[in-house]
Parts: sequence; structure tokens; C-alpha cells
Amino acid sequence: MKNKKWWLFAFGFCLLLATLSPLASSSPDGLEYVAEEKGFVDMERSSPLSVIADYVFPGIENEALATILAGWVGTTLMFILAYGVTWLVLRARGAKSLLKTD
Amino acid sequence: MHIPDGYLNVGTMVGTAAVSVGGVANAVRVVSKKLGEKQVPLMGMLAAFVFAAQMLNFPVTAGTSGHFMGAALCAILLGPWAMVIIFALVLMAQCFIFQDGGVLSLGANIFNMGIVGGLGGYAFYRLGLKLFGGRLHSKVVPSFLAAWFSVMLASAACALEIAIPNVTPPLSVVLPAMVGVHAIIGLVEGAITVAALELIRSTRADLLELQKA
Repeated sequence: MKNKKWWLFAFGFCLLLATLSPLASSSPDGLEYVAEEKGFVDMERSSPLSVIADYVFPGIENEALATILAGWVGTTLMFILAYGVTWLVLRARGAKSLLKTD
Repeated sequence: MHIPDGYLNVGTMVGTAAVSVGGVANAVRVVSKKLGEKQVPLMGMLAAFVFAAQMLNFPVTAGTSGHFMGAALCAILLGPWAMVIIFALVLMAQCFIFQDGGVLSLGANIFNMGIVGGLGGYAFYRLGLKLFGGRLHSKVVPSFLAAWFSVMLASAACALEIAIPNVTPPLSVVLPAMVGVHAIIGLVEGAITVAALELIRSTRADLLELQKA
């Protein structure tokens, strides 16, 4: 199964990217930078939620490890979520067309 | 360029959220008609890739960073409406689980990156194909253009939403600042998009030929 290997390799590559996340630049991104420079950063309201806030997995002391773990969780979750939602959308279509032909 | 809560007024949040809901509804309709089982794994993989890559901020100028967005890549590989679904899902997860981007501004973030940036960038891809089509590697230039414009358009939309309803900061300050930073980020976006497409072309060219939605 050449294709299966390719998918595994591709997913491994995504996990590798997530593993590199502690090396990411911690400078503010374009929007944050402009907000700070132009003096509207104070308008920001923090989120009412706190699940894996700011890509730091809770309860882990080593921040690099916590970030990597958050990345792995998110990457895996996104694959499952997008795969699952698309599968459901296509299945709903299949069910509809079955109803029509019956 | 995930907008946190607090930056936008109610009208902007409602308006952009309404367009995003309409866009996602249309995306579901188009995807259910046009995609098949073959495209399902790529939907998952692109969502995973976009999420992971968006964690990797790279330095742009002193004190600023940027990250890959990925809307153009998704739209080129699976079509613009499949991209809207991927972006809605990634942005929802980032907002609800990782507190990246506001809850109330989720609609605006889907609007900026998925609809304005993604669909707008894809329009430049189509335009580029018309201009450069038929040549060897003819998709490289259109792909780069799509990626660059996707980031530029999204950042411009972001600046307009923040500045227009507010007196401070004025649009004349925010728009050039946002677009200026993202003109550089867009070059990296273009390079990564082209590299990813070339990597897929050399290892799994069949994935480029999938039916798109």
C-alpha cells in the first residue's frame, strides 16, 4: 500500500511541524503588532474559555512540552474533525439520494 | 491575524458572522454534491496541516511575526468551498479550544481568512491560470499569486473591520500598517504554498487531479 504510507508520512510531517512549535517566534503577529503600535491593544477582551489556552497544555510544567502536546492534540483533532465532518456531509447526501430513488 | 474579542463593534460582528454562516452553508451544499470518498482523507490532512503550520510563527521584521495561513493551498487542492469548510473547522477549534481568536469575532475571522482571503485569493488563482495557462509548471505563478493575495485581502478586511466603526485608530493608520506587514508575510505564504504543491506533485500527482468543490 504505497498510498497508505504516503498518508502516514504526511500526518507524521504535520506532527513534526507541531513538534517544532516551541521554536516559533514569540513576537506578536501582524495584527497584534499593529494593535500595540497604534494603541488599540487595550480593547482586547480575554476569552471566557480556557481549555488549552494559548496552545499550552494545562498541568504540564515544562512549557515547551506543554506547547508540543497542545500541537499534537490540535493536529490530531483537526484531522479527525475535518475527516469526520466531510464523511458525515457525504453520508447525508448518500442517505438523501437513497430516499429519492426508493 | 485572528481577531480577539473586543476589537469589533456589534454591527461588524453580526454582519461578518451572517456572511460566514451563509458561506459555510453553501460550502456544505457544494461539497456534498461534488466531493467523494477519495477527497475525505485530504480534507483531514489539510486541516491538520493548516493547524500545525499556523502554530509556527516566523519573524517578519523586528518585533513582528507571521504565520502561514493556508487558505490558497486548500482552495487549489480541493476547491474554494472545501477550503471554507476546512477553515471554519480550524478557526472554530482554535477559538474554542486554544483561545486563539475571539468567540464573538469567530464569524469575522472565518469571513476574513476563509471568505475574503480564501475565496478572493482563489479568484486570483483562476485569473492566473487564464493568463499563464498551458505552459510547463503553469500553476506555479497562479498559486503564488493566490497565496499572496489571500493574505493581503484577509489583512485588509481585518483592518477595515477594526478601523471603520472606530474613530481611533483611524483607517489611514491601521490599513497601511496591516497591509504593509502582510505584504511580507504573503511572500512566505506564496513560497510555502508553491513548495507544498510541488512536493505533492512529485510524490502524489494524482491528488492534484481530484474533483474539486
